Amino acid sequence: MQTQTASAPLVEMQDISIAFGGIKAVDHASIELYPGEVVGLLGHNGAGKSTLIKILSGAYKRDGGSIRVGGEEARIENPRDAKTYGIETIYQTLALADNVDAASNLFLGREIRTRWGTLDDAAMESQAREVMGRLNPNFRRFKDPVKSLSGGQRQSVAIARAIHFNARILIMDEPTAALGPQETAQVGELIKQLKADGIGIFLISHDIHDVFDLADRVCVMKNGRVVGTGKTKDVTKDEVLGMIILGKCPAGATPGSGAMRPD
Amino acid sequence: MASAADTQLNPALASESPVQRFFRATEIDTRLLGMVGALILIWVGFQIFGILRTGDGVFLTPRNLWNLLVQTSAIAVMSTGMVLIIVMRHIDLSVGSMLSFVGVVTGVAQANYLAPLLGSDHPATWIIAVLIALGVGAAVGAFNGFLVAYAGIPSFIVTLGGLIVYNGAAWSVIRGETVAPMDSRFELIGGTPRGAWIGGTGSWALGFIVCAAILVGILSNRRARARFRFPQRPIWAEALLATVGCGLTLGTVLVVNAYYWPPKVAEAYALENNITIPPEGLNYSHGFAIPVLIALGVGVAMSFLARRTRFGRYIYAIGGNPEAAELAGVNTRKITLLMFMLMGILVAISACITAARLDAASNSLGQFDELYVIAATVIGGTSLAGGVGTIFGAMLGALVMQSLQSGMTLLNFDSAVKDIIVGSVLVFAVWIDQIYRRRQA
Repeated sequence: MQTQTASAPLVEMQDISIAFGGIKAVDHASIELYPGEVVGLLGHNGAGKSTLIKILSGAYKRDGGSIRVGGEEARIENPRDAKTYGIETIYQTLALADNVDAASNLFLGREIRTRWGTLDDAAMESQAREVMGRLNPNFRRFKDPVKSLSGGQRQSVAIARAIHFNARILIMDEPTAALGPQETAQVGELIKQLKADGIGIFLISHDIHDVFDLADRVCVMKNGRVVGTGKTKDVTKDEVLGMIILGKCPAGATPGSGAMRPD
Repeated sequence: MASAADTQLNPALASESPVQRFFRATEIDTRLLGMVGALILIWVGFQIFGILRTGDGVFLTPRNLWNLLVQTSAIAVMSTGMVLIIVMRHIDLSVGSMLSFVGVVTGVAQANYLAPLLGSDHPATWIIAVLIALGVGAAVGAFNGFLVAYAGIPSFIVTLGGLIVYNGAAWSVIRGETVAPMDSRFELIGGTPRGAWIGGTGSWALGFIVCAAILVGILSNRRARARFRFPQRPIWAEALLATVGCGLTLGTVLVVNAYYWPPKVAEAYALENNITIPPEGLNYSHGFAIPVLIALGVGVAMSFLARRTRFGRYIYAIGGNPEAAELAGVNTRKITLLMFMLMGILVAISACITAARLDAASNSLGQFDELYVIAATVIGGTSLAGGVGTIFGAMLGALVMQSLQSGMTLLNFDSAVKDIIVGSVLVFAVWIDQIYRRRQA
């Protein structure tokens, strides 16, 4: 695994801004992600972290700023564009089509087709069984609509969808919100495994303990702006709480545009 | 029987009753079975009612069942599109007026323009007329779809407006007149003239092709499952499905072949071809009529589209969760526009069937069709909440609706009573469906 100082950033988002009807949801925010790194995005509800990340995943179109993927300017106008750059997202709301089965969800938008251009359901089910077997070996309900699955099972379908297509950049928006303790631990294991494969991960979470367990760096947002970014080993949980609540950037972190001025 | 391992992993399997096991093994939808039951009930009910009222059962006769199939075709064709529109959480209220508009345009085109231009009964007339209809239908449907998908106007409003607009458009084309007759080859699409029946031999051939297709389908499904080592359906379940499928197909062939040509038509045919009429009379079978074949073909094509193509998969995914489909990279707007355009094309096919069957075009074609089509779709098990519905179910729903209507007509029900019953059945069907859903949840 490369160290982050030696390699070029996988993603650089610079001066990103977006406004919804006059409210600046994200205001000149900048953030980077290196290969094999987990960056935890923290902040209150409405701090702009989900919005920032939805710009990267193509769900929202930014008003200003630039995105570079692998050092090159990236044109991300919609979710399809983001996927071509290897950016995969696991949304907080899971974003599954409830009425179709696991394999159809897994391959939604990227169906395997036969040589006549029709859907190859058997091949898709076979690959779904393989990837689900790795993530959740107890999963057997391949024929049922995902509506009837448990929260953990649905989550594993959503994760399987993100990792099955050779993602380079993975965005996880509250990946453990719907899960029990055992399933949360499983997601933690998975993140470590993906990290070892050199995938860069943005982890959005409310849970500061989760983030400290899994992330290499944290980035805190408040009122649409970045308070500061720092390595988890250089800052304490209390300092991070101070960033979230007060917007006060500690000495161990690099201040962003949203940091409280010490005057 | 469920194996020990299965039982361990899924305790529900252990307590399964034989009936539940039967439905799981055959993968038959219980709701579909309910619909078939309702259909049988309606048919037998009308038959008994007919016997009690007039002393002779007129409903379950080859002649009436043949007519029933022909009458169902136009609604059935449109219902295959309406299912997918409703699955996608939209609605199309404009199909009736669209049918009227398309029918009038193609009628006027062949009677007032093509006939003088090409000479009457030119062999190309019907092709051009059908192409005009399909083109106009596709354009009007695409326009609806554009307003829904790109302008963001709710489909209810777009098509409610369309209902009135296309009605007006039909009127302005024809000014309340009736254009007749249609081109003689175009007429065949409606199933009325002699050439529009494929006869006994043709129907048997078709029946056996369909049976072969059913068997090939079951076998290739088994082979695909074996290739990936998936669990197979039990052999008895496969055999049962094959038997029922082939039985229904051949039974239908028997019925349509048992309806003979009217004696006058047969005599005229004999005279033209110098056939001596035997003393027992001429028994020529009708066989399937062309509109029925069109409807069956459309049903197969639309089922294929819904189940085996990406387009269909996306429609169901959009119905299940539009946001998820968009985030997964599905171009939901394009799919919406294309679906409304496809609806327009299906309306055009129905417009040809209707105008050809009446051998005339007027702006009263297709009146209230939107309601019958939506009713057929909903009776056929399509959920108005979106995401759920099958093509086959909708076509069966169309048959249920038409059975009710033509049964009551046959038994001289007052037209007011007819409307009251048809409307009530629709509401009742949705109520039953709600109960079913609540019990499943």
